[in-house]
Amino acid sequence: MKTAARSVPLREIAHGRTGDKGDRSNISVIAYDADHYRILVAQVTEERVAQLFAYRRPTAVKRYLLPKLAAMNFVIDGVLDGGVNGSLNLDAHGKSLAFLLLGLEITMDVPEEKK
Amino acid sequence: MTPLSIGCAAGFSGDRVDAAGPVVNTLAKREGARVLMFEVLAERTLALAQLARRSHPDAGYEPQLDSIVSPILAKCLEHRIAIVSNFGAANPRGAARRVAAIARSQGLRAPRIAIVTGDDLSAPAYRNLLARELGSALDGIELVSANAYLGAEPIAKAIAAGAQVVVAGRVADPSLAVGPAMAHYGIAPDDWDRLGRATMAGHLLECGAQVTGGYFADPGMKDVPGLHDVGFPIAEIAEDGSCVIGKADDTGGLVTEQTVKEQLLYEVHDPAAYLTPDVTADIGGAEVRALGRDRVALTGVRGHARPGRLKVTVCHEGGWIGEGEISYAGPGAEARARLAAEVVRRRLEGLPLRIDLIGVLSDVRLRVSMSHAVKEQAERVGREVLALYTCGPAGGGGVRTSVRARLETLSCFVPREAVHAGFEWLDAR
Repeated sequence: MKTAARSVPLREIAHGRTGDKGDRSNISVIAYDADHYRILVAQVTEERVAQLFAYRRPTAVKRYLLPKLAAMNFVIDGVLDGGVNGSLNLDAHGKSLAFLLLGLEITMDVPEEKK
Repeated sequence: MTPLSIGCAAGFSGDRVDAAGPVVNTLAKREGARVLMFEVLAERTLALAQLARRSHPDAGYEPQLDSIVSPILAKCLEHRIAIVSNFGAANPRGAARRVAAIARSQGLRAPRIAIVTGDDLSAPAYRNLLARELGSALDGIELVSANAYLGAEPIAKAIAAGAQVVVAGRVADPSLAVGPAMAHYGIAPDDWDRLGRATMAGHLLECGAQVTGGYFADPGMKDVPGLHDVGFPIAEIAEDGSCVIGKADDTGGLVTEQTVKEQLLYEVHDPAAYLTPDVTADIGGAEVRALGRDRVALTGVRGHARPGRLKVTVCHEGGWIGEGEISYAGPGAEARARLAAEVVRRRLEGLPLRIDLIGVLSDVRLRVSMSHAVKEQAERVGREVLALYTCGPAGGGGVRTSVRARLETLSCFVPREAVHAGFEWLDAR
């Protein structure tokens, strides 16, 4: 089958959830299809995630890999305005951050006819 | 060995109070040991409970306790379903007394109620201990609460001794499930692999519906049937600590590999070292597999030695937060909202305001907020936004303002020996 490279939002091949502890956020990124896990590993990097959340001035971004779950876990420090208790953010827990990450554009081969 | 089923009917203070009914109905039909757990304490919930207790000595436990317990207490006692919860918050003895009173008012035989003790470190006797760990951060602050995260052992001992209700304050959330597993299977406090597995079962349960389709739906991508009636989870925990997650019968929601994976990684940092007072759980090699409809197995979890120190969360007063909001609509809405923001900024020159414009594609809502040590200063934000009615740009409406006390948290770790965890019976004095 002929394929062509296409740019798609991460949300089309992965799902995830945000958690928070103090001023630290964690965001899981989980492939729907285990075959897509390698795309996540190659393209959803610490650098890109740090860039995505640069406006929140993270102090560190660390990625953990969980191949048996076809998942990754990002731990992002210093993005919650000090943490839920004192934050002036409307979403003080930063619970909506996972969906910002799922908006990241990734490039993948898709069958021509689906283009 | 008979099986162990643990249902969870609350994932935070403020969760649905009608969640427990279907969980209890389902547990009542099960063989083996059965436990109903309610997890209701977040980081700041306990500080709010301490403040409540200060203004009324009988208060300080979960405010919804009556609504949570009354509908299901009789059935739990009748079917020998133990109730385990941290709904004691800042006053576990008060909560235990209240549960006894509910039983009396329903004409039930008095249940055996155990109270987990030792988490509260707010007494002056612990000030030096906290000062050693927190240093100057503790200087001159008004301490609201200080609680150590206790582990599963007091809960396990209480259940093994015949408790029908176990009331705790601050314990690590997963320990609410680990305690019953230790008691039922006789798991030793240094059997790390089994403790690690039971801990992750507790972790999957501790947020209630977050593992059964709650907090998961994304229309078109992740659809959830009957979200309005989402069922709460029930874990079957095996002798080796591994678990199968399911949910209450005849409810909405769903349990899939996806819902379980999202919750498995929720609030996890290093997957190889999920720290609790009981164990260092390791999900680096964990696997999740659907066994059938709404039944998902978690396997491959390991455990390593527990941390030598216990985490303590300290809450103290941190000034005030003032807020004001106002709406603008139609042509030029954004420009008028920006002008309004400028007016407030000029009026409150020098104060550290945060300005948000919300919903720029439709109505524009201006939100101004500020954190300040002095309440009167924080109140100025709301007053200036309110004054925009007559003094600001055209067409502003729907002002809402608020001022609320701010609580700050600090964390530290204290030696295990400094904390005296245990349990006592309600009628012990």
